[in-house]
Amino acid sequence: MLCEECGKHPATVHYTQIVQGQKTEYHLCESCAREKGVAAYEAIAGPFSINQLLSGLLNFDPAVKERMDSPGLQCPECGLTFNQFKQLGRFGCPNCYKAFDPALDSLLKKIQTSDQHVGKVPKRRGGVVAVRRQLDQLRNDLQEQIRLEKYEEAAHLRDRIRELERQVEP
Amino acid sequence: MSLHDFLSQAASKWLKDDGPESDIVISSRVRIARNLSHQTFPMLSTDNDKEQLLHQVIKASQTPDASRLGPFEVLKLDELNDIDKLVLVEKHLVSPALIEEKGGAVLLRKDEEISIMVNEEDHLRMQCLLPGYQLEAAYQLANQLDDAFEDSLDFAFDEKKGYLTACPTNVGTGMRVSVMVHLPALVWTEQVNRILSAVTHVGLTVRGIYGEGSDAMGNLFQVSNQVTMGQSEEEIIGNLHSVVRQIIDHERKARRFIVQEAHGRVEDRVCRSFGILAYARQIDSQEALQRLSDVRLGIDMDIIKGVSASILKELMVATQPGFLQKYNGHEMGPGERDSKRAAMIRERLRTDSN
Repeated sequence: MLCEECGKHPATVHYTQIVQGQKTEYHLCESCAREKGVAAYEAIAGPFSINQLLSGLLNFDPAVKERMDSPGLQCPECGLTFNQFKQLGRFGCPNCYKAFDPALDSLLKKIQTSDQHVGKVPKRRGGVVAVRRQLDQLRNDLQEQIRLEKYEEAAHLRDRIRELERQVEP
Repeated sequence: MSLHDFLSQAASKWLKDDGPESDIVISSRVRIARNLSHQTFPMLSTDNDKEQLLHQVIKASQTPDASRLGPFEVLKLDELNDIDKLVLVEKHLVSPALIEEKGGAVLLRKDEEISIMVNEEDHLRMQCLLPGYQLEAAYQLANQLDDAFEDSLDFAFDEKKGYLTACPTNVGTGMRVSVMVHLPALVWTEQVNRILSAVTHVGLTVRGIYGEGSDAMGNLFQVSNQVTMGQSEEEIIGNLHSVVRQIIDHERKARRFIVQEAHGRVEDRVCRSFGILAYARQIDSQEALQRLSDVRLGIDMDIIKGVSASILKELMVATQPGFLQKYNGHEMGPGERDSKRAAMIRERLRTDSN
C-alpha cells in the first residue's frame, strides 16, 4: 500500500484518529507521518509515554489531591508549579524534589517500590552521609540491646553514637 | 580520529569485538544519569544555559582523572546532518530523544565504549557499552567515569533520595543497566514470553530491541533494571546478573533441544535464510533482521561455517536507514534502501568467503 498523502512511498505508519466520535484511518509513509505532527508521531512512538503514566499515577494519589488544593505550590528555584509537574511528569530542577517533597514519597514508593536511596554517595559528601547512615544503624542496634537488657553493650554503643554525633554536628 | 572516520567506520568496538558468552549476549551497557545542583534541567534550560553546561562538562572531561578515561571527541548535534545523527542513534551511542531537542551534544571516546550525552533529559547521561556479557566491567568503567567527573562538577544529591534526576523513574542511583540478548531458540520453542514475563516480577524489564514482545524482530531483546531506588548499584547488577545467567542457560538448553528434536527443520530454515541473504536483490529491514538472526543461529550451531559470528550485530546496525544512507553517501527512499541493503549484505557475506 502506498502513502495516502504523497502516493510515492510505501505506507509504513498506520493509525486511527478519533475526533469527537469521528473515526478516521490513516496510512502514511514515515516522512509524511512526521509532517502530520503529533497524532501520527504517537503512532510511531507508541501511545503511552512514561510521563503520561506518571501524571496518571499522581492524579489518583490522595496525598497529591490535598496538595492540589494549595494552588501556590511552586519550586522557588525554577518556578515549576506542582500542577505543571503533574502534567509533565518531570521536574524542572533538582530543588523541585525539596519543594514538592511531602507529595513525592508515595509516588516514589509506587514507581520505585522504595523512597530511600541506599546506593552510591558522592565522594565529596561521602564522609558525612556515611557517618549518618552508620548512626542510624547504631541507634537501631542500641534499641535492640536495651530490649534484650544487654546494658553493657548498650552503654558501649551509646558512647560510640555520641562520638559520631560530634563528628557530624560539631 | 576525524568526525568522518568516526561516523563512517562501520563498527564501534562493541559491534566488532566478541566478549564473554557472545553466542547469546550481544552487549552490556551501564548508563548513569547525573545533574548539576542549582541548575534547571534541560527541559527548562535556555540555549545559553545548555551552551554553558556543555562548556562545563567539556572542561571537566579534560581534568587528569577524566582524560585518563578519554580522550573524548565532542559532537554538537545541531552541527550534524540528519543522517549522521541517525547513525549515532543506530549505533546506540545516543538516544533518539537527544537528536530531537536543540543544544544536545555527546562526548565520545574513540572506541565508542564511552559516550556522554549532554543536555538530554538530564544534564549528563554517561554510558559504557561493551561487547558480550561484561556487566561488571561496564559498571566499573561507568563508576570511574562518574568519580572523575564528580571531582569538578557538583552533582545534585540528596541523602534520602540519592542522585536527583529530571524524571522520578531514574532518581536514586540514576543507573540503568541493560543486557542485549539474542534468543532464537527460546522464540522457536515458544518459551520466550513465559520466561520474559517472569522477569518483570523481579524488578526487571524486557523489551524487543526492534519491535515488541514475541514480535521482537531478529529475536533480539533487552533486559534492564526497572527500579533505581531502594537498591544499591551492586544489588541492581547482582539481580540482573542472576536473571541473565538463567536466561542464557534456558537459551542454551533450548538450542540443544532443537538440535535433537528439529535438526532438519532448523537446518532448512538457517540455510534458506543464508541463501536469501546471499542472493536477494531487495530486502526490507524486518526480513533482513530475521534472516540474519537465523544465520547467526546457524553459525552458533555449526550449521554454517566460514561466516563470522559478528555478522548479526554488525549488519543489524549497518543495514539501518541512517547507516545505509551514510554508506552510500546520499539520502534514499525506502525502496532504494531495500536494494542497497540487499547489496550491502551480499557484499559483507562475500568478504567472509574470500
